[in-house]
This record gives sequence, structure tokens and C-alpha cells, in this order.
Amino acid sequence: MAKIMGFNGNAAVAYAMKQINPDVVAAYPITPQTDCVERFAEYVSEGLVDTEFVTVESEHSAMSACVGAAAAGGRVMTATAANGLALMWEIVYIAASMRLPVVMMVANRALSGNINIHCDHSDTMGARDAGWIQLFSENAQEAYDNLIQAVKIAEDMGVRLPVMVTQDGFIISHELERVEILEDQEVKQFVGPYQPRYPLLDLEHPVTYGPLDLFDYYFEHKRSQIEAIDCSLPVIERVGQEFGKVSGRSYGLLELYRMEDAEYGLVALGSTCGTAKETIDGLREKGKKVGLIKIRCFRPFPKEAIVKAVSPLKGLAVLDRSATFGGFGGPVFTEVRSALYDAESRPLTLDFIYGLGGRDIFQEDIATAFSRIEEAVKTGRVEKPIDYLGLRE
Amino acid sequence: MSQEKGWKELVPGGIIVEAGNAKEYKTGDWRTEKPEVNLEGCIHCFFCWAYCPDSAVVVDSENGKMVGFNYDYCKGCGICASICPPKVITMIPEES
Repeated sequence: MAKIMGFNGNAAVAYAMKQINPDVVAAYPITPQTDCVERFAEYVSEGLVDTEFVTVESEHSAMSACVGAAAAGGRVMTATAANGLALMWEIVYIAASMRLPVVMMVANRALSGNINIHCDHSDTMGARDAGWIQLFSENAQEAYDNLIQAVKIAEDMGVRLPVMVTQDGFIISHELERVEILEDQEVKQFVGPYQPRYPLLDLEHPVTYGPLDLFDYYFEHKRSQIEAIDCSLPVIERVGQEFGKVSGRSYGLLELYRMEDAEYGLVALGSTCGTAKETIDGLREKGKKVGLIKIRCFRPFPKEAIVKAVSPLKGLAVLDRSATFGGFGGPVFTEVRSALYDAESRPLTLDFIYGLGGRDIFQEDIATAFSRIEEAVKTGRVEKPIDYLGLRE
Repeated sequence: MSQEKGWKELVPGGIIVEAGNAKEYKTGDWRTEKPEVNLEGCIHCFFCWAYCPDSAVVVDSENGKMVGFNYDYCKGCGICASICPPKVITMIPEES
């Protein structure tokens, strides 16, 4: 019988961190992540974990301390949000380049300016090309489950890359939910003991991390980094299946909801997928053949799985909770549409940017996206390939 | 470039796993000027040896003599010529 807890997303992640018991956590508080790190700090002060908790003076230092501790040979975690992630930027890339399996929770929050503390995906989407694996969570349960899986994915000897686990700021991080937790022993067994590769503290085998790397080798190192993240896709799937055996909750790269005979699909990430499922149930009752493609793993981008899922559709609406200024649509749209270019059949695809700065998305908005794509398919006319939901003109 | 390793052969993360392998990285071709010593005036004080940032001054330690330079590693910074007390080290353009 699984143990049930009343947790918000931050508490669920902090509890997972306690069960994982990392060697080092270096973190700096930032809304809406603060609550998670505070809770973990309590576990440290109560002696419930063996973790060395480093209270740093900024996020740049937090990620720097994580890189140092991971290179030294420790299992390392941190958490941040929005401007905190932006301040980490330089070192976020370095963690991935050095192939250090750091795990970081990001409570998605809008980037400044103007200053805003609420959810959108501009922070993690900005870091999408930094070389980290990115797992998005629909609710607190998934944030808990993803964090535990992230450790195993990151530390897989064929992967050895950092993993970002996201949860929508406030919507998930601060709302109390029913969360099923594993026993401490089950988590411990699932993640296994940490085996560092090339630890700096192995004095018998001295190594150098981050040396000067110029035109003679930098390019080859980047190519090998590209290979590493591409090759993590089957590992993410395998770990998702293994997690299912322990918890009863299996995970894939995508979650397909009512897609079996769907004609129109919606692509979304994060908490909006819950709203989309409710909307789809309602539309199905009215006879609409609609379904959801939830992207759980955005990096590496699961191109083949997405093409397979959406290419039979007539129309596809992509929801982007971030804007790319001057780009052709949001990052999810750009990737999905580019992946479909080589497909034998592909749906008409529209982009809807929504929810910036925590603007709520309602079932009516999602129904609007479906009706817009259906109308475009039926009339054969696309007036606006990129549009907005829930925006005042 | 042909003798250098391809991307599949590299240690993940660009980590250097052999201690002291900077020796294999010959930096002498960075030089635009090279030091030359007139050993007749040399007082064998070893200032050049102590100051050289690249350990590129060659000495005969048994006989306590400065011998010359290891041009595989000398980057031509000129510190030796600058600090030489009897001024017997001269920097000359590399191509001459």
C-alpha cells in the first residue's frame, strides 16, 4: 500500500531529495523555489540527511559549487527559478560540457523584465540549448517521480549529463496535492549507490577538468556532447519503465492522451496538460476527435516519437508558454514543425503563445485552440500561424 | 590535424586523465621572438631558470651551468632577457 502525502510540488521535490540523500546541495533561494530549499535545509538541520548543504551568495556560485562538488566525485543537486537560472547561465553550460550528472529542480517562472514571480517557461526554454536533459512535470506527483528518475538518468554511465526537472511555478510548486511516495529504501535501491567517473578527489588518478580547448579539439568535444544527449533518449525511456515497476507509474518521452483515433491534436508541456485533458474529455463528449501530446522530455527533443504521434493528424495546435522574440513562433512550435518537415504526412500546425507571466489558461482557451485549428484545416486558410491565447488586444 | 583523435576517441567531457601531459603540448610555435644567450658572458646565476614561466631554460645541474633553451616550450615571452643581470640574453625575431 503506497504511502500518500499532502504535498505541494516544492515539498514533493524536497522529500525526494531527502530520500535520495545527495552528498552536496548548493542553492540560493528564489521565488517560487525557496520553499523547496527551505524544506530541504530543515532535513539537513534535523540530521535526516548526510548532505553538505552549501549556502552560497548567488546562483552563479550555487552552480559553480555544484560543478566543483560533482567533479570532486559527489552526488549533487540544486534548485532554482527564472532570474536565478539566468544568473547561473555560464556555469549551466559548463556542468553539461564537463558531463557532470547534477540534478536541478527549476520552478518555472517568467524572466524579468518587468519583474514577475509567476509561471511561464521562459527560464528553462532559454536554457534548452545548454546541454541539459529537461523533464517537464504536469503536477506534484510527476515532479516527485521525475526528480527520482533524473538521478538515475543523469548517472547512467552512457549518459553522465545534468538533468533539469521542471515544475510550473506556483501552479505546481505551491498547490497542495495528493502525492504517492515510495519508501526510503525503494528510492535508495532505485537510484543505487553513486559511482563517480574521474573524481578529482581520487588522488591516485589525478585528472584535469575544464582545460583550455581550442580549435584543435573543442569541436570534437562538442560533437561528443551532442552524441551523449541524443543517446540519452532510450535511457530516459528505460528508466521510466523501471520506475513503473517500482511505483506503478511508468513514464515515456511523451504522454499521449486520447490520441488513438484523434484528428486534431494539441502539444503542451507542464501543468497545462491537466487542463487540456479536462478540455479534451469535454470535447470528446461533443463528438470531437481530439487528443493531447504531452511532451515530458523536451531535451533531448524526442523527434521520432513526436512525428509518429502527430503525423496522422489533420491539424495540430502547439501551446508555447514562452516567447522567442524575433523568432518564428515559440520554441515548442519551432521544434515540432521542423521535425515534421521530413514526415510523409504532416498536419497543419499552428502555434499559440499563452500564459506568460502566470496568466491563467482556461479550458475555453484550449477549446479555442482546437476550434481554430479545425477551422484552418476545413477552410484551408491560415491567417495567423502564430497567435496568442488569453491576451487582450 | 590528421594524427589528432576523432570525436569518438575522446574522454567524455574533455577531461584530461593523464597527469603531466602538458609536456605533449609543444607551445614553442607560439613564439614570435626567441631568446639567444651569449654563454661567454653568462655568470650562471640561474635567474633566467627561476623566472621562466615555462621551465624552458635548460641547465646542467651537475656542473651548475646554464646551457641554453628548450625551444619546444619557450613561448618567447622575453622575461629571461629582461631579468638577466649581465644582459647576455637577447631576443631576436623568430624568422631570422
